[in-house]
Amino acid sequence: MSAPHKSGGVARIDARLAACQAEGRAALITFVTAGDPDFDTSLAVVEALPGAGADLIELGMPFTDPMADGPAIQAAGLRALAGGQTMVRTLELVARFRTRDTATPIILMGYYNPIYIYGVERFLGDARAAGVDGLIVVDLPPEEDAELCLPALEAGLAFIRLATPTTDDARLPAVLANTAGFVYYVSITGITGSATPDFGKVTAAVQRIKGHTRLPVAVGFGVRTAAHAATVAACADGVVVGTALVERVKAALDAEGCGSAATAEGVAALVRELAAGVRGAAKSDAA
Amino acid sequence: MTANTKLSSAGSAPVPDRPNSFRSGPDERGRFGLYGGRFVAETLMPLILELERAYGEARADPAFKAEMDGHLASYVGRPSPLYYAERLTEHLRRQAADAGGSGGAKIYLKREELNHTGSHKVNNVLGQIMLARRMGKKRIIAETGAGQHGVATATLCARFGLDCVIYMGAVDVERQMPNVFRMRMLGAEVVPVQSGSRTLKDAMNDALRDWVTNVDTTFYCIGTVAGPHPYPTIVRDFQSIIGHETRAQMLEAEGRLPDSLIACIGGGSNAMGLFHPFLDEASVKIYGVEAAGHGVASGAHAASIAGGRPGVLHGNRTYLLMDGDGQITEAHSISAGLDYPGIGPEHAWLNDVGRVTYLSATDEEALAAFQLLTRLEGIIPALEPAHAIARVVEVAPQLPREHLMVVNLSGRGDKDVPQVADILGGRA
Ligand SMILES: Cc1ncc(COP(=O)(O)O)c(C=O)c1O
Repeated sequence: MSAPHKSGGVARIDARLAACQAEGRAALITFVTAGDPDFDTSLAVVEALPGAGADLIELGMPFTDPMADGPAIQAAGLRALAGGQTMVRTLELVARFRTRDTATPIILMGYYNPIYIYGVERFLGDARAAGVDGLIVVDLPPEEDAELCLPALEAGLAFIRLATPTTDDARLPAVLANTAGFVYYVSITGITGSATPDFGKVTAAVQRIKGHTRLPVAVGFGVRTAAHAATVAACADGVVVGTALVERVKAALDAEGCGSAATAEGVAALVRELAAGVRGAAKSDAA
Repeated sequence: MTANTKLSSAGSAPVPDRPNSFRSGPDERGRFGLYGGRFVAETLMPLILELERAYGEARADPAFKAEMDGHLASYVGRPSPLYYAERLTEHLRRQAADAGGSGGAKIYLKREELNHTGSHKVNNVLGQIMLARRMGKKRIIAETGAGQHGVATATLCARFGLDCVIYMGAVDVERQMPNVFRMRMLGAEVVPVQSGSRTLKDAMNDALRDWVTNVDTTFYCIGTVAGPHPYPTIVRDFQSIIGHETRAQMLEAEGRLPDSLIACIGGGSNAMGLFHPFLDEASVKIYGVEAAGHGVASGAHAASIAGGRPGVLHGNRTYLLMDGDGQITEAHSISAGLDYPGIGPEHAWLNDVGRVTYLSATDEEALAAFQLLTRLEGIIPALEPAHAIARVVEVAPQLPREHLMVVNLSGRGDKDVPQVADILGGRA
């Protein structure tokens, strides 16, 4: 595998987000769970994402106890684990993807324990070598930066932080301090897939965050349709869709719950709709 | 400690072999050595900081302590007695004699099962509910395994007119039906949790999901010395009344401190409550008893220290049951209250520094101890403390007669009678 390290990591994320901005539009960031429901199907799904209009890929690292996720993403993780997914296989999936695509950023998203058990140093080295560009680790707030965030930044990987409706102005600087790539604004207080955000409030929140940072701000949790994507794209630099895609993976499995050629196509069809939504949105400001 | 845990703890102080005091933790980051911390989603972080502030203020407020003491006396029924278990002691002395020995420790039971609601859980719940009231929260959520923490929470919510939602694994709902009825009668909503292994760990996941969703209105009343900082400290402090009373009562009864303490461990709250005031008494030996299920070697157990390793779950780093890839594995115990794949972080630390010795007892041993105590003392213990009794039965005959041993009888067994009757099939 020959990932171009100089352009990987934070640089690959920055380049892609800058390209979207140059086109005058928000980026579409798609989440699927690695290995759902098996390695080959999942690889086909991930490989189909960029062609369907995904600008960045978030890849979920399965975990038995995903405390910030709703039933759809919990189930996807359990399907992947039942299908034999491990951290090694997740990194292998990224490496396979990188043999064909060196431009689309990949961000691994999940919980700390599987990384901690893999070994932080070993994980960062292997993730970088596989072509991973950034990490989102839900249960590592700034108070625990010494665990993974600082070593990841040192290894050239972006550590993308979640800002939430409970992150007030006093706390924002701490949340933004060691963030790279972009800031991920969680549009609801709640778990993934549970509610539709109040988009008016989201716009105000994105403006508030932009008052504290020059990093791009992406918005996720609760964005399900092309119309939602268009609404969010009008105020943010990136739109994250997860639950809706994971539900599409499930809906596109056969009667035995196995993946097929139709699975990747089913997911790609939804990504095309979302991409059209993002591209059709009128940017309300030139942030 | 493995090499990789050392690496990952860059920035935290290495665990000293012998600290000056075993009672000074946690540090300002909520760590007990390597363990503890605040591994939570950002949404919860501001709340956890607010809770830490509110608890600090409450602890310094004499009015808070005075109100709490009043409720502990008149509502909970404290102090709980320290009872000399004469027939159990004699029984074990006969066993020692039969084996050619002359020993047999003098066994005292700390009667937490006599508290209102039937277990030690109420000590902590009272404290947290008073904290919630101070913080203006009107909706209380909790996870429960055996249902004892759920019952205590539902009870105090009824007493103070608060909304109450209890998360309980669907498997536990089945095996602890009497407590499910009690909670519902008390006005609580009991949510059977269908995710994951459908036991205590999953109930905690869903309670955390609820909390993330309802941050503004809701107080999460955690039932054991686990979770993100400051919970392990808060629960320990509220439960420490067990150890403080024991100390005074033993001085009164015997004119000296006990020689050993022993308690069962689910998350570790009844144990920590008894142990903590004695941690710096070098003469006092301290034993925690984990649930060995079908045996630690069988893989079907809930003994996180004996059969697990350090990892991160539910907001803290501690010993956890997991596979080689960091996926949490299902715990097994006959006792719903011990059926949890983790243990409080302070216990993890006390294990590593060697201050507390952690043992385990199997389902079968606990069941035998359950029957033994019932027959000898007329006290039906919960299956949880029956695990501690199981180790007492083995250890006490080998100790001299003047050895004073205190067992934390953390709860009564009424809730377990249907399950035990089922297992014994009328053999009782
Ligand atoms: C009677 C009793 N003892 C012990 C426990 C275990 O909890 P902990 O280890 O926190 O005391 C429980 C939990 O439900 C219980 O009901």
